[in-house]
Amino acid sequence: MRVTVRLFARLRDLAGGTGELVRDVPAPATVQTVWNALVTEMPALVEYERTMSVAVNAEYARMAAPVNDGDEVAFLPPVSGG
Amino acid sequence: MPLIAVTPAALDLQSLTAEITTGAAGDGAIATFAGLVRERNQGRRVRFLEYEAYEPLALRALERIVAEANESWPGTRLGLHHRIGRLEIGEASVIIVAASAHRADAFATCRYAIERVKQIVPIWKHEHFEGGEIWLEGATADPEDEAARRMAYRIACA
Repeated sequence: MRVTVRLFARLRDLAGGTGELVRDVPAPATVQTVWNALVTEMPALVEYERTMSVAVNAEYARMAAPVNDGDEVAFLPPVSGG
Repeated sequence: MPLIAVTPAALDLQSLTAEITTGAAGDGAIATFAGLVRERNQGRRVRFLEYEAYEPLALRALERIVAEANESWPGTRLGLHHRIGRLEIGEASVIIVAASAHRADAFATCRYAIERVKQIVPIWKHEHFEGGEIWLEGATADPEDEAARRMAYRIACA
């Protein structure tokens, strides 16, 4: 199945500057599955594993949340708005 | 004018205040806050900031802050606009307007809102300073983190 991956701020920079990627992952998948595939491809991202937040279809989610075909999975570094 | 916004346009505190005031007939207090781009940050001389957002989630997070504020201070009205894109020194990055029957709730709601923005809204500052650039990183965003929410509430009521 196919998912859209969104990366922001420094996570995007570490991924070479592309904020939106399309990736195929085997079903059934969770956010963790998608993240593991991403880190295998781009090991530098792993430094965010303990501090990032994640979202599925623009709702905050947990690493164990299920991911379905066509979903948008976002990985968010610690925020700094205001 | 929407009460909640994430926008690349310059923020307008006067218009947002007018919008809140229109719906606040009979209220006794309005508190406002504007966050500005500082010239100095952690010893660095800032040239400009670039703000980035995950917009759909940022809007939902702002809506959540309004809902939380209504739980804690029933009857208050809150307007919250955050700017994105390139901002120069002195420009407003965030504006907040809170209306309530009494000043204590208006001040508290306003302070609570900015503390929660910094905790749970997916927006990032890219600081361009003299000699380099850096992504600023604050809190790991987790709206379900009750300890963080309580901390924002305590600061708001201090």
